[in-house]
Amino acid sequence: MVKRARKDEDKGRPEDIGIITTLSVPTVGSVGKTGSWRVFVPVKDEARCNKCLLCWIYCPEACISKDIEIDLDYCKGCGICAVECPRKAIVMLKEDKSGGGAP
Amino acid sequence: MSRMVDIANHVAAHAVKLARVGVVSAYPITPQTQVIEEISALIDAGEMDCEYIPVESEHSAMAALIGAAAVGVRSFSATSAHGLAYMHELLHWAAGIRLPMVMVNVNRAMGPGWNIWCDHQDSISQRDTGWIQLYCHSHQEVADTVIQAFRISEDPRVILPVMVNYDAFVLSHSYMQAELPEQEQVDRFLPPFRSAWRLDLDNPLTHGSVIYPNDYEEVRLSMHQAHDNARRVIAEAADEYREITGRYHGALVDLYRMEDAEYALVAMGSLASEARVAVDALREDGLAAGLLRVRSYRPFPREELAEGLGGLRAALIIDRDISFGMEGALFSDCKAALYGRSEALLYNAVTGLGGRDVPYTVMVDELKEIAAGKRREPVSWPTVRLNRHHQDSREGMQRCG
Repeated sequence: MVKRARKDEDKGRPEDIGIITTLSVPTVGSVGKTGSWRVFVPVKDEARCNKCLLCWIYCPEACISKDIEIDLDYCKGCGICAVECPRKAIVMLKEDKSGGGAP
Repeated sequence: MSRMVDIANHVAAHAVKLARVGVVSAYPITPQTQVIEEISALIDAGEMDCEYIPVESEHSAMAALIGAAAVGVRSFSATSAHGLAYMHELLHWAAGIRLPMVMVNVNRAMGPGWNIWCDHQDSISQRDTGWIQLYCHSHQEVADTVIQAFRISEDPRVILPVMVNYDAFVLSHSYMQAELPEQEQVDRFLPPFRSAWRLDLDNPLTHGSVIYPNDYEEVRLSMHQAHDNARRVIAEAADEYREITGRYHGALVDLYRMEDAEYALVAMGSLASEARVAVDALREDGLAAGLLRVRSYRPFPREELAEGLGGLRAALIIDRDISFGMEGALFSDCKAALYGRSEALLYNAVTGLGGRDVPYTVMVDELKEIAAGKRREPVSWPTVRLNRHHQDSREGMQRCG
């Protein structure tokens, strides 16, 4: 005959937690200052820059402002800006992590 | 109510039309192809207001469907066997980010060797992706289940993708009668899709990005509990559908002559239709047999199995799949459902693989052997028979040294 589920089988069963998903609302730096991952750092040559804003468009981390200020707190040093810049106004330099920050 | 005599693949396509699906993306594969052929013909004829996205693979078909569902559109795809396997990673994605959608999987054997005929290895292999899996045993049930599947998938207590499975050729390509509900009836049963979340430029969201050990388990438990909720939702959908259309195929399980049964067959898909014939034959021979057809494989009908089989002397679980190194997958699940709750003896027949014919007489003989207490091994392969081709392959192997 069928035995009904014992009451104690239900203990230890997690309560209904409803819908929990992997959905997140994007915010600045929700996983910390990712600029610390950087090996190469972008360095701008003001004299060569004509403010075409291609670097602003291409930066995958939205770390370059429309005034072409580079946010080194979150720049991971991917170098896309340097590759895309038609006037070679951005170069990537090995970063000195001994405490001096950007060279 | 319109009546059609057609193949199950076309019946499924017309059910998709009635469900007012907004996006279909699929890649053709036998034995599913006619589902999407018919849908594209309906769109071409202006009978269906739907975007059809042609793709180069099933992997892309599921990716496109995830995109469509993520912006809040009712979405559908169809596939089989290797197409389903090729989607595997994205099946996890669709369920993991909680997207409602429906996909028909026409059950086909996995290669090698290349075999387009029916068994359940393809969908059983996707068991743990988080998709709800329903199995149909007739053309009529295909029509009704496709429509019900959208309701189940979109229910706020569930929000999971649903796979509607039916058997290659036996159903997919055979002509049978089916009744389709009126559009007005379907609209009453299935309101317009309102997604629980959607991608929106004005309200940016990220879904499925990095998730740390501190956050992950709760997401999986939530999916598991949604499956638990789906048990009730599947039953409610079946009941409401019956109120509107008058047709009913069972909730999580479908019972046949189980009221006074002492022995039972358990099966999924079209073999359950064959098993009905076996039950009638066994009854004529004086054996109190019944059939418990599993309609929902995930969520698994634990309670229905325990209640349906718990008081029996014995049951034969028919698996059209094999979990290599163990036994039929349905057999394992049935035993788990009865663990510690019943003295009923459970046996397993692995049969019908790769489209192998399973006459009802096989089921009759198996259950009679069990009832007579002559069955020794828990698992049998009752339709295995060595033939000349097997001998050829052995000899070929020997020639290799």
